[in-house]
Amino acid sequence: MRYFPHTSEDIAAMLKVVGADTLNDLFSTIPEDCRRKEGLSLPEAMTEWDLNRHMRELSRDMAVCPDYKIYLGAGSYEHYIPASVSYLLERSEFSTAYTPYQPEISQGTLQAMYEYQTLVTRLLGLDVANASMYDGASALAEAFKMSFNIKRKKKRVAISGLVNPLYRRVVETYFAPTEYRVVALPYCKNGTTDLSAIGEIEELAAVAVQSPNFFGCIEDLQSAAEAAHKKDALFIACFTEPLAYGLLKDPGCQGADIACGEGQSFGIPQSFGGPGLGMFAVKTDYVRKMPGRLVGRTRDVDGKEGFVLTLATREQHIRREKATSNICSNQGLCALTAAMYLAATGGVGIRDLAGLNRDKTEYLKERLGEAGLKVAFEAPTFNEFVVAFPESFAAKHEELIEKKIVAGLPLVSYYPELAHHYLLCVTETKTRDDLDALVAEITS
Amino acid sequence: MKNVQGTTGLIFNEPLLWEKGKKGRCGFSLPVRDVKKYPLDKQFKGDGPDFPDLSEVDVVRHFTRLSQWNYGVDSGMYPLGSCTMKYNPKCNEKQANLDGFAGAHPLLPSRLSQGALRMMYELERLLAEITGLDAVSLQPAAGAHGELAGMLIFSACHRSRGSLRSKILIPDTAHGTNPSSSALCGFHPVPVTSGGNGILTPESISEGMDEETAGIMITNPNTLGLFEENIREIARIVHSKGGLVYVDGANMNAVMGMVSMGDIGVDAMHLNLHKTFSTPHGGGGPGSGPVCVAKFLEPFLPVPRIVKEEGGYSLSYDFQDTVGKLHAFHGNFGVLVRAYSYILTMGENLKKASQLAVLNANYIKERLKDVFHLPYDRPCMHECVFTDKKQQAVKIATLDVAKRLMDYGFHPPTIYFPLVVHGALMIEPTETESREDIDLLIDTLKTIAEEAEEAPERLHEAPTAPKVRRMDETAAARTPCLAG
Amino acid sequence: MKEITELNFPEDIRYSKDHEWGKSIDGKVRMGISDYAQDQLGEIVFVELPEVGDIFQKGEECGTLESVKAVSELYMPVGGAVISVNSQLEDSPDLVNSEPYGSGWIIDVAPSDASEMDELMDRDRYMEELKGIEP
Repeated sequence: MRYFPHTSEDIAAMLKVVGADTLNDLFSTIPEDCRRKEGLSLPEAMTEWDLNRHMRELSRDMAVCPDYKIYLGAGSYEHYIPASVSYLLERSEFSTAYTPYQPEISQGTLQAMYEYQTLVTRLLGLDVANASMYDGASALAEAFKMSFNIKRKKKRVAISGLVNPLYRRVVETYFAPTEYRVVALPYCKNGTTDLSAIGEIEELAAVAVQSPNFFGCIEDLQSAAEAAHKKDALFIACFTEPLAYGLLKDPGCQGADIACGEGQSFGIPQSFGGPGLGMFAVKTDYVRKMPGRLVGRTRDVDGKEGFVLTLATREQHIRREKATSNICSNQGLCALTAAMYLAATGGVGIRDLAGLNRDKTEYLKERLGEAGLKVAFEAPTFNEFVVAFPESFAAKHEELIEKKIVAGLPLVSYYPELAHHYLLCVTETKTRDDLDALVAEITS
Repeated sequence: MKNVQGTTGLIFNEPLLWEKGKKGRCGFSLPVRDVKKYPLDKQFKGDGPDFPDLSEVDVVRHFTRLSQWNYGVDSGMYPLGSCTMKYNPKCNEKQANLDGFAGAHPLLPSRLSQGALRMMYELERLLAEITGLDAVSLQPAAGAHGELAGMLIFSACHRSRGSLRSKILIPDTAHGTNPSSSALCGFHPVPVTSGGNGILTPESISEGMDEETAGIMITNPNTLGLFEENIREIARIVHSKGGLVYVDGANMNAVMGMVSMGDIGVDAMHLNLHKTFSTPHGGGGPGSGPVCVAKFLEPFLPVPRIVKEEGGYSLSYDFQDTVGKLHAFHGNFGVLVRAYSYILTMGENLKKASQLAVLNANYIKERLKDVFHLPYDRPCMHECVFTDKKQQAVKIATLDVAKRLMDYGFHPPTIYFPLVVHGALMIEPTETESREDIDLLIDTLKTIAEEAEEAPERLHEAPTAPKVRRMDETAAARTPCLAG
Repeated sequence: MKEITELNFPEDIRYSKDHEWGKSIDGKVRMGISDYAQDQLGEIVFVELPEVGDIFQKGEECGTLESVKAVSELYMPVGGAVISVNSQLEDSPDLVNSEPYGSGWIIDVAPSDASEMDELMDRDRYMEELKGIEP
């Protein structure tokens, strides 16, 4: 077996040193009644060639581009990944490295993480970012937890009903066994959060609003922040599509105390939903209550500049049950990917890309409008929007799938009041011809 | 030592991204603009982030240089106890990068994602077989996430029985995530002291276990590298008071094919795919921590679950008693693909992997026990723990030994964990290390022990070979500089 | 870490078993941690102080001291209300290391029960306690 370097001579010699006769003898400390009665019942080991064949077969049984044109967003986005990024990630000094607890031989990872942290603070307009959380959903749950830790006497948080429903479910799951309560905020006709409800809620530790929200609409984060601060609550701005901040005002300048969300758009393949990237940034005041690893800049004994994991006393391996979070492994390689992607796009690239995403989406909106279809919400959007289709569209949607077009995500299972409403997403990966063809198919 | 193996490649001093680059440079191939520009209300329009502009060459050189300062499993051995830094097979990377997997949207209608769903369903079955448990959720994104799932499941189970449990037993050898995860679910951790021989005694469990205790979180083999021999009795005691047994499966690499967790009284456990199942560590992640449970706990597993029916596979949220959702989608799918590929490649060799891992660790233990103090001189599992007791006599600590190892081209073992052993040095070679490489590690540690006696300043000054030497961690914590 | 003989333990203050010290000054009690405690903890990077006005019982946790690799809880040597905290520790937590009995003091308390001071150990008793601790 090619992953076992041991020859039978090696094994025999080593057993001799250990004083055992067979490999089985090494397990003498396992009592008889703890041993497996039967061997493992697993498929016969595959050769590399059989594995390739098997996996190719499985992967072909999937609808992906370029075969399919998929107009889905809702937390996972199709973006071009430059060859330079994919190539760099093959450097196994990055991918096969351990967590940089020994900084002297991990300066590559550490500097890259410091760069990632910095780019995130600049994108979101805040002071400190951590080295990643699992995904946007768990990052939001952790943001709420952090708020309870800061606003010690408060027991409630408010979450916009237009935060991604899957994120809201995760938040509920995290708080189910606790004494804390999550209150949902309704939405307005124009597709944004109804902030008026915030005033009524007592004991509020934090308010979270997603922008662009699940309907693709851009929220007024400034007003939301003001409403939250009036109640002496923290304001959490969350997101599923951070590319929007190449174009929109950042959460920090609008008053966010914490900004968190999903970073998959930055060079990370969609990969059926994971691994993703939980981005998390806060104002300086709150740094000691932050979850997740942090990389800091310092000097070594010779005065040479370098980087090191720091403020570790917040974390589980030191603080144990009093830690800011139980997180240990994070999404390190995905954070590195994002840093590489953002280095490649640069300041100019990210602005152009964000603009292009929005403009292509606006183009589709315009064409659909011309064809007599109704855009459900009038608030401005980024690269997603909701269309209120006629009842007959359900059949058409199925027909389009047969033609290898996935024309949006039906919303009724998430919002029962929105039957026949579909969430469409357009990124830079769709050409004008694609969009024209889509409109033609929909209206045929 | 005749030749210093070296620690890094060519050394460059590479500036930070924003110290390089020039306005107007571009490293990205922008798609053609084939639509007009649509105006955006001033209220929403921002200025865009202050990012550097770099050419593609800048970007590629930057990260290539950074990578050369790193150490990875592909560079050399990582004898890190409880981390299982085994070789990361390259053909598994290939599978994760297949278009059908990498390019898949998680919310595709089921019939358009049969390949992924089938793979996940089969992986669940494989992990159930390996652990001897009945049902699996692949959703948790890391071991600690799996522990959280486990604790949420325990909490839900007790609530469904109308039983209020506020405590959980946690051995003193536990990893920090254990008390941390249980506290998140409102369980107050009650420490249990291990016995003189390094394992838990039924008496100490009896003492701690009562009807207010949800159960126990136990690592088996434990973090001292010892099999918890009394586990069946411990499970019996916990169950007799209506409690549940959770196993932290971080050390599963020692017992695959040898022990069936389901048969010895375990109700739930998590696995670390980035440890036992060879997926790469990525400099900190992503990992994956599937949670495996006994049949009676299946209704509580996170949703969606993969359901197999006549027509094929689908995702279902139709489970009333579920604890809910832990990840936006289905977990770290890309990591699952690698683990699945590994299991298919290994088959029954998984048992051999455990046997060889245990052989390697015992070999190291035998050959080093005269050089470093061995607190538990008994057969170990896949890892062994030494201390710096002998070296303390010459004012050398575990930290100094670890730092000196770097000068010889090794990543240090785990240090100062588990906490029950003062100055712990925990070595886990894994089965993918050859006898020659292990002999080299042993000889190096012997040399370092000699240096400790004859030239201790070499250890105090270490490391001297890598790009940087010991960092001022105090300054980093006192005045944190966390962004540039 | 130093030997006990190398450490400093003033005579005019009293010590708790958790290595805090208390000193009566005009009816209030000033507290800090002993030279042994700061030596064990290592270089302190952050001190989490309670709020002025907070009330704690004797032995209750009232704050934390962080070094790079460890966190230590601060326990009240006597019960009472916090009347002032040493705000210098915000910028210079290292004062706890360099002058644990002087400018590294941590909080001032208005004691709820003056007799609790008598329950603390005098210097000789405390040093005896320290000698009994395993190295």
